[in-house]
Amino acid sequence: MTDLCKENIKDKDGFETMYLNMGPQHPSTHGVLRLGLVLDGEMIVKAEADLGYLHRGMEKLAEKRTYQANIALSDRYDYVCSMNNNFAVALAIEKLMGVEAPKRAQYIRIIMAELNRVVNHMLFFGFFAMDIGATTALMFGFREREQVIELFESVSGARLTYNYFRVGGVARDLPSDFVQKTKAFIKLMRERLKDYDILVTDNVIFRDRTEGVGVFTKEDCLNYSMTGPMIRACGIKYDIRKDDTYSLYNEFDFEVPVLKNGDCFDRYQQRMLELRESLKIVEQALEKLEPGDIQAKVPKVIKPPAGEAYVRTESPKGELSVYLVSDGSANPYRFHLRAPSFINLQILQKALVGFKVADVIAILGSIDIVLGEVDR
Amino acid sequence: MDAQEYLTKIKAKFPDVTDVPVEKLKDGIPALSCPAASLFEVVKYLKEEGLNFLLNLCGTDYKEYFEVIYHFTSLENKVKLALKVKLPREKPAVASITPLHAGADWQEREAFDLLGIDFPGHPNLKRILLPEDWEGHPLRKDYERKPDQYD
Repeated sequence: MTDLCKENIKDKDGFETMYLNMGPQHPSTHGVLRLGLVLDGEMIVKAEADLGYLHRGMEKLAEKRTYQANIALSDRYDYVCSMNNNFAVALAIEKLMGVEAPKRAQYIRIIMAELNRVVNHMLFFGFFAMDIGATTALMFGFREREQVIELFESVSGARLTYNYFRVGGVARDLPSDFVQKTKAFIKLMRERLKDYDILVTDNVIFRDRTEGVGVFTKEDCLNYSMTGPMIRACGIKYDIRKDDTYSLYNEFDFEVPVLKNGDCFDRYQQRMLELRESLKIVEQALEKLEPGDIQAKVPKVIKPPAGEAYVRTESPKGELSVYLVSDGSANPYRFHLRAPSFINLQILQKALVGFKVADVIAILGSIDIVLGEVDR
Repeated sequence: MDAQEYLTKIKAKFPDVTDVPVEKLKDGIPALSCPAASLFEVVKYLKEEGLNFLLNLCGTDYKEYFEVIYHFTSLENKVKLALKVKLPREKPAVASITPLHAGADWQEREAFDLLGIDFPGHPNLKRILLPEDWEGHPLRKDYERKPDQYD
């Protein structure tokens, strides 16, 4: 076990500080994150994170697997949004091979990616409120998630690790009642979002716990390479779907919501706004769906020509990118994942200083990490 | 400024920075090959010129040499640019850019952990994903896994 915060820090009056170890088993560290905190009374003087408890050597494993098997492996990075991981890896392989999925497959992909964004933000909603002490929200979040998971189950057969994307397309076509069921879900979800606002967003205790807590400035965001809802909540309007568009996202009409305070509440609110935009995208994609192929012609054994590609996608947590190097063989030569959770988490060591122990939970919760992606 | 202007400006200011052949870059992000000695200065210059967002930093083992690749972008004009640094197989080291981009901190530690690349100037360079007493660097191509209790 790594020693954290070893040096003896004294407070301004010369008194000893207290060292508090938080994790790796702790209900609100969202997995197996370990934090070493140096406390002066209840205030945090220094914080250090210790990672790696869930390290599975994914990048090394990727080098031993075929390209298609890497899509299956990608389900396990951020296990909350497997579809988005599939998307990034499939796009990277296609970029190396120079193939493009047929239109219908691309719309299906976008529907899946955006529905998975809804799942992610629903879980965030539940767990973030839970971290702060509101237990009902978790039940609400899981109830809505269940509906999307059932949709995913009907297309892919799995409830968590979907492995639905293929190089050049998707595994199978949508079941006949998918469109109708999804439309019904969107209608229901819009109704229920109003309940969430009443239950959590406008809740006085929730607001007191989150407003003005853990404020990140624009400079912090740039300096710490943060992406996704984290920077948009600080007032930087940057969304890869719009600004460095991929797949067919440029055909869709959606807003990139931006907030300005950059505190925990804005990061919560940001995700709730993005969720509404995702529903809009799904709705449009369902309208655009036309019968057609779902798979481009690709060889049985995928051997992209030698080369490298850095492919960016907007996952619910931020920029999920894949740096892929091929040497012309059936396995990747190098596979690197730019995991948004890993990079967004770095600011924690700076952001915690000056806040109370109870705020640690709020700030950590608002960053929205999945340890499977942090440790890989 | 578009990517081409950046390339010409950097090459004019740093004569030892050279182009990377484009055939292998399938993503269309222009790349420059930069000697390890001048990397810090080039990154500093890029930051001043607006490419102030570090997207990604990772190393690759090419058997004869190591390569560290840096991807930069600007959130204003959306230009993307990659810098590549070749490092010798023996004692690979390149100056840390953590003083310029705090976001490089853990990414450099990861490259140090998994590939054994040294980043002099890093404030806290130690293993991040593997245990502290781990031997070797798994992402090196010549890494041999030691048999454990499950073998």
